[in-house]
Amino acid sequence: MLLEKLKERFGAELLQAQHGHGGDWVVVSRDRAGELLKALRDEPDFAFDMLADLTAVDWLERKPRFDVVYHLNSLKLRHRLSVKVQVDMADLWVYSVIESWKAADWLERECYDMFGIEFRGHGDLRRILLYDSFQGHPLRKDYPYQQRQPIVPETNAVVAPLPPSR
Amino acid sequence: MALPARWQQKIEASDPVEEIMEIQMGPSHPASHGTIKFNLKLDGERIVDCDVEVGYLHRGFEKMCEQGTWTQCFPYTDRLNYASPCINNVGFALAVEKLLNIELPERCQFVRTIMSEVSRIADHLTCLGMASSEVGATTVAFYMLEARELLYDLVEAVTGARLTVTWCRLGGVSHDLPADFNERIAHAFEMLDAVLSDCDKLLSRNRVFIDRMSGIGILSREDAISYGLTGPLLRATGVSYDVRTAYPYLIYDRLDFEVPTGEKGDNYDRFNMRFQEMYQSKRIIEQAMATLPQGAISITDPRVVLPPKHQVYNSIEGLMNHFKLIMEGVKVPPGDVYSAVEGANGELGFYVVSDGSGRPYRVRVRPPCFLGMSALNKMLIGRMIPDIITTFGMINMIGGECDR
Repeated sequence: MLLEKLKERFGAELLQAQHGHGGDWVVVSRDRAGELLKALRDEPDFAFDMLADLTAVDWLERKPRFDVVYHLNSLKLRHRLSVKVQVDMADLWVYSVIESWKAADWLERECYDMFGIEFRGHGDLRRILLYDSFQGHPLRKDYPYQQRQPIVPETNAVVAPLPPSR
Repeated sequence: MALPARWQQKIEASDPVEEIMEIQMGPSHPASHGTIKFNLKLDGERIVDCDVEVGYLHRGFEKMCEQGTWTQCFPYTDRLNYASPCINNVGFALAVEKLLNIELPERCQFVRTIMSEVSRIADHLTCLGMASSEVGATTVAFYMLEARELLYDLVEAVTGARLTVTWCRLGGVSHDLPADFNERIAHAFEMLDAVLSDCDKLLSRNRVFIDRMSGIGILSREDAISYGLTGPLLRATGVSYDVRTAYPYLIYDRLDFEVPTGEKGDNYDRFNMRFQEMYQSKRIIEQAMATLPQGAISITDPRVVLPPKHQVYNSIEGLMNHFKLIMEGVKVPPGDVYSAVEGANGELGFYVVSDGSGRPYRVRVRPPCFLGMSALNKMLIGRMIPDIITTFGMINMIGGECDR
């Protein structure tokens, strides 16, 4: 139902549109994502007034490497949609949606913190959960999970080798 | 004693009446729960700007979930919102079960619903008790903690633990309700009723309490939606959005309960929402207990659920089945799913991605109070310092969930 409406309205702009396990999801290109997300918020057929969540997934071997995933929720029409935007390491940025949803402020900051993805137009993109001098982006798959970065040097640091991260 | 010349100059150059003062409040502050820092800019006692710093309790929940098997994530989820761990367990289990395409047994759905609501009451009691004690109503705090203790007794009777329950499993739960659970609930609710009625009398028409709460921390309906607020914070602004009714899961569509909504969207409304939700949760539990069916509490699919112990010890098939599930994990089909439950603070969403192996490829939790904290700045600008305490208390920031 929702997918048909989306296909009718956006046509070829949807690179992929599928009904998944828990709901519908679409893939759009980065350049069109900003306008498309704004249209999804404003048009009465979709009326996605809430950005429920924003996150990313690192597919280390794939090209393009990252999925940025927007989970939209419509309180009026009671439906959900996930929008995915694929970006690669070479130019790792997407447009910020902070103009459309204020929730994007902290969610984009967290995504930047954890994956190093730049949100253009955010204006205040700093780390949020980690500290400013932290090196690297921990939720990337090539960041070893046992890596330690203490601010104060550890007195009796664990030196035994740990199993490789996945 | 004469001051050094550069200090003297500095003091003479600045006008303390006009100057904007910068103060850092927290993270080691009793009202900030030890995990939040407010970088305040103050004009006298009025807040000009408030930059909220979170992350002091960041433990890498999402990264750690990727390292173990799906089943090994459950102990981590306990430690998200540690005031209502059963709801976190249920939320994660439901998300993974959607990927696995599992149909849960009837009794399991009832039991999960009942324990979710017990946890919700316990969480609201914690929030309201602590918020009351922060504005000076210490009596209420101890009354509510006493009632919460009875609910933790219920949780302990079922799961064997008070906080770190690790009670759900993929495809079911680890323990059924005890035989005398009806009597236990009756006993706990009798006390709970008394406590709630006492606290209502102590607070609802209490001038000091109302002055501290009413009209403070107002957020408009549009802002609340735009900030992604859910749960009591959103409902206080008059939006009747509850995941339990909007996107029903488990048995919520079969139950009769109301979603209370407020009007002004201030702290008093938020307090009221939580207070009334406790009565609704009670209603849900009583209805579910009255129609609780007999039967299994877990599916029996050997690809998902561990075999019974006597099979593990007495047959090679059982032993191998156990070994495979423990060492390799449950093979969840590739795909991704976003699944939300109504946590005590709002929409608790889990976005899980599987690559078909026995381990999660990505686990993302949508923490409701993280988004609540992002709106704190908007709620506080122009208010006074004491309003930080009540507004922050009503967001019910739980460090484990906010910082993960």
